[in-house]
Amino acid sequence: MQLDARIPSGPIEAAWDKARFNMKLVNPANKRKHSIIVVGSGLAGASAAATLGELGYRVSCFCFQDSPRRAHSIAAQGGINAAKNYQNDGDSIYRLFYDTVKGGDFRSREANVYRLAQISVNIIDQCVAQGVPFAREYGGTLTNRSFGGAQVSRTFYARGQTGQQLLLGAYQALERQVQAGTVTMYPRTEMLDLIVIDDHARGIVTRNLVTGEIDTHLADAVILGTGGYGNVYYLSTNAKGSNVTAIWRAHKKGALFANPCFTQIHPTCIPVSGDYQSKLTLMSESLRNDGRIWVPRKKGDKRAPDEIPEEDRDYYLERRYPSFGNLVPRDVASRNAKYVCDEGRGVGETGLGVYLDFADAIQRLGRKAIEDRYGNLFEMYQRITDEDPYKVPMRIYPAIHYTMGGLWVDYYLMSTIPGLFVVGEANFSDHGANRLGASALMQGLSDGYFIVPYTVGDYLATNKLERVDESHFEIRNAVACVEQTVQKLLSIKGRRTVDSFHRELGKIVWEYCGMSRTAQGLENAIQQIRQLRDEYWQNVNVPGSGEDFNQSLEKAGRVADFFELAELMCIDALERNESCGGHFREEYQTAEGEAQRDDDNYSYVAAWGYRGYGNPPDLVKEPLDFEYVHPAQRSYK
Amino acid sequence: MSATLVSVRESRPARFWDSTNGQKIVMGITGAILFVFVIAHLLGNLQVFLGPEALNAYGRFLRGVPEILWIVRIVLLAAVILHIWSSIKLGRRKLRARPIGYSRKENIASTYASRTMYWSGPIILAFVIYHLLHLTAGIVHPGFDFVEGDVYHNVVASFQVWYVSAWYIFSMVLLGFHVRHGAWSMFQSVGINHARHTSILKNAAAVVAVLLVLGYVSIPLGILLGLVK
Amino acid sequence: MRLTLKIWRQQTRSASGKFVTYSVDNVNSDMSMLECLDVLNEQLIENGDDPVAFEHDCREGICGSCGFMINGIAHGPLPATTVCQLTMRHFRDGQELVLEPWRAKAFPLIKDLVVDRRSFDRIIAAGGYISVSTGSAPDGNAILVPKESADRAMDAAACIGCGACVAACPNASAALFTGAKIAHLGILPQGKPERDIRAIRMVTQMNAEGFGGCTNIGECIGVCPKEIPLEVIAAMNRDYFRGSWRERDNVVTTLRPFTEWSTGSKLKVDPHSGN
Repeated sequence: MQLDARIPSGPIEAAWDKARFNMKLVNPANKRKHSIIVVGSGLAGASAAATLGELGYRVSCFCFQDSPRRAHSIAAQGGINAAKNYQNDGDSIYRLFYDTVKGGDFRSREANVYRLAQISVNIIDQCVAQGVPFAREYGGTLTNRSFGGAQVSRTFYARGQTGQQLLLGAYQALERQVQAGTVTMYPRTEMLDLIVIDDHARGIVTRNLVTGEIDTHLADAVILGTGGYGNVYYLSTNAKGSNVTAIWRAHKKGALFANPCFTQIHPTCIPVSGDYQSKLTLMSESLRNDGRIWVPRKKGDKRAPDEIPEEDRDYYLERRYPSFGNLVPRDVASRNAKYVCDEGRGVGETGLGVYLDFADAIQRLGRKAIEDRYGNLFEMYQRITDEDPYKVPMRIYPAIHYTMGGLWVDYYLMSTIPGLFVVGEANFSDHGANRLGASALMQGLSDGYFIVPYTVGDYLATNKLERVDESHFEIRNAVACVEQTVQKLLSIKGRRTVDSFHRELGKIVWEYCGMSRTAQGLENAIQQIRQLRDEYWQNVNVPGSGEDFNQSLEKAGRVADFFELAELMCIDALERNESCGGHFREEYQTAEGEAQRDDDNYSYVAAWGYRGYGNPPDLVKEPLDFEYVHPAQRSYK
Repeated sequence: MSATLVSVRESRPARFWDSTNGQKIVMGITGAILFVFVIAHLLGNLQVFLGPEALNAYGRFLRGVPEILWIVRIVLLAAVILHIWSSIKLGRRKLRARPIGYSRKENIASTYASRTMYWSGPIILAFVIYHLLHLTAGIVHPGFDFVEGDVYHNVVASFQVWYVSAWYIFSMVLLGFHVRHGAWSMFQSVGINHARHTSILKNAAAVVAVLLVLGYVSIPLGILLGLVK
Repeated sequence: MRLTLKIWRQQTRSASGKFVTYSVDNVNSDMSMLECLDVLNEQLIENGDDPVAFEHDCREGICGSCGFMINGIAHGPLPATTVCQLTMRHFRDGQELVLEPWRAKAFPLIKDLVVDRRSFDRIIAAGGYISVSTGSAPDGNAILVPKESADRAMDAAACIGCGACVAACPNASAALFTGAKIAHLGILPQGKPERDIRAIRMVTQMNAEGFGGCTNIGECIGVCPKEIPLEVIAAMNRDYFRGSWRERDNVVTTLRPFTEWSTGSKLKVDPHSGN
């Protein structure tokens, strides 16, 4: 199989214009004759559904939550990047493009990233017009901050709730279309399979989470905006409901899954406090601007932090990276925290934590200044841990936060199944091996508001689709398959709960396919995952029935998919014999212990095809060319 | 779940009156009218302390121009009717809005007065009806002879009956509660609220309510204690 | 620590419900209320019982999914905190907690502690937006927004739509929720053109849903996890009053307040058939 990303030829600056000009258009009067399914109602899904509704298509939008407004985009704190250059500090579309490709450690597609940077400008305009209350200067203009180590201030924000405000903007636009009758919303409805007829995506099979009804929904195109798969690790900063099921089942129906091992770890989360822990809470990265990270110099030093004198402390980031210090990129900061904890120098009861200390900053700037900058974060930390960070250093530990991998899509955001489009975190396209801060919101909205509404139109205009009805054998097959899986899960009635399996799976993936990976560990992990999966299908206990509201059943189906995904992640990580971005293979590091990329052999997208469970997946490579940003070694010394 | 559109009542006044917000605006405005009346009435009544001449003169003054008296009476009556009508509509809606109640419910942010408006209101209404029959129409006057036109005599004689005074005092305390919530709530209902000024308004409402109660209650107390004969 | 949980159990909307008392040992004081329920549910499943259904998603206080009454207080005793962030250290060893779902006609029960809040979505659909289709926006700095307006709009926009305001209100009114959106959009210059009609439409939908009327009691602001101020209700009243006075020939429609979940038939959207 050959992958064609359909990147427009010619200069990158004109690529998107050229692509748009070459697209076929759907006559305005004909738009209402086309139906489109959007799965997911986060930034990408809601913005796509709203925009397609505005254009006049008949849209059905699905989410498993009780309302589209709950999608996990809502939890993004920091901000959204845009190359507006409002601060006159030298930003430009090209610079945002450059930073993003470089930040992605040269594993993303240049043309996609360039388009993202171009569109970033329109996103801000659109959101402001929708009433997103971005932070303002006294004069009434939009204000910006520098974020995630960027050298320009290009991040727009609404307090610490930027994701919430952007999502509510998209949600409101979506609800406006619900009122207008162009969008039909299906909350508490989970997609369980994709319907592919004559090699084209034509619909989905869903389960109504309240009544248990299995329904089919047919359409001319299907868009998946179902988010990332960080919950494969059980503990992550993702919402509890976030899952891989929609994209995984599409993968099993033929869509290639790209770069599954590219996952991002966020260095500043509140550490795990016990076995009951259900999720990890992120603390904004901005804390590292003023906090100093340290651990005791000696192993097993159990003294209280204020009893440890200066000479017994190891400010390891400042020591190892004198020029960047505590502000090294996410992956570097995370990995180093793991190292010191592995050495037995971690702090807190579990020994999995490092101190983030504000004592110096408070002494230098005064408590008031720190309160102004981080007051709400300190309050949140205290609420969760019952420790006062003004007095005791915070304890932090890395946690899974974002997944760069996802379904493979071409320049038009179409997967390898014609008619199946994938937007937002669910696709793989723009962040390469590492995502920069404040770029996820940008990508979700860019895909949803400004890209997929055009490219779906092009697809509809260029493909003549036959009428189908529910008697089609592919549809009956898909429904039967879904019903079987549900029945199977309910009938096992074993001795272990879904959560206990999920927790165990998470530990394996975190241990061997988390912050740092080795060939041996990955092989080991694959064996363990397979064993656990086998046990799952014999020993899981899913109570209740399939005919009503059954949260255990919902989880059971999702965890079943996580098992298969976890295996593919390990296979992908094992295949990629290099270190890049969030993927760190211990065998491939520089003398200083930094990630060692292998551009000669691994400058490609690894897209995997499903060949049935138990069969090794097919690897299809999409070579990456870097015409504009030339690969270089990252260094933060 | 497709969106089915249902049109609502076409006439704008009907739609306004059908809405909870419209009902609260009506309630607020009529409440304001009644509030002004209650203040003015108190100022008039306090003349009982100036002796029979002053009070009876005031009584004659009020009845001096019957047209004005009746206009005032009609406005007050309309205000009372609308105030009650809107409260009945809101009260019925409240009953329907939570068909199954809580087994346990704590109140953490509200005043006692605000939660008991549905109690204080009807009791005050009962009092007003009694009060009109008692001192305006002179139909119900236990324990004394009603003399048409001799306001001072009627007031003093009636309040010398202890249970009449007790009922009066009880009702006035409830009026105080009603005003304590209503006097700031009416601003909120018509949309006047300000982060800084509202707390002043709330305190002012409490102070006015207390003064109102003290003022009204001073009359029967003064009579019972023999300060006014 | 050890806790006694008295939880409302109800299989479906039409079934009758009752309180069932459970005892949970080994409650860690660092656990959140929801993690405590996780522990209980693991026990229940292992014993072959039906786990307690409760709504949750982000577990960091922003998605608005979670929420129930704890001892008569929406989201429990800690101010400005959703149940997912309420840690057990705020309770005493041996304490009994009564967990009850939000109760309101406009929030029909689904199961145990889970209720249906689609009425909130319909209030937003009625007018809780600025009508600007994708692509038609002017430059972000073309319309200046005073910092104070942006801040006040943000205060109102912080609403997470959890429904605690309705649950705590003696009238079961949705005024704080509706007012928050009307205030958020009405304060911003971008929202001014639709200010009147937005208030009329949203209020009309809110009333159609069967929420009670606001009587300015103020219980809502005591439980709001995002501390939305009561003045947003005044903003709603003002805009509604103003809009009702100024409006001319608006036809106001509402979305039918449906409570059913079943979609009826197996095949939903049939391409090429709707025209």
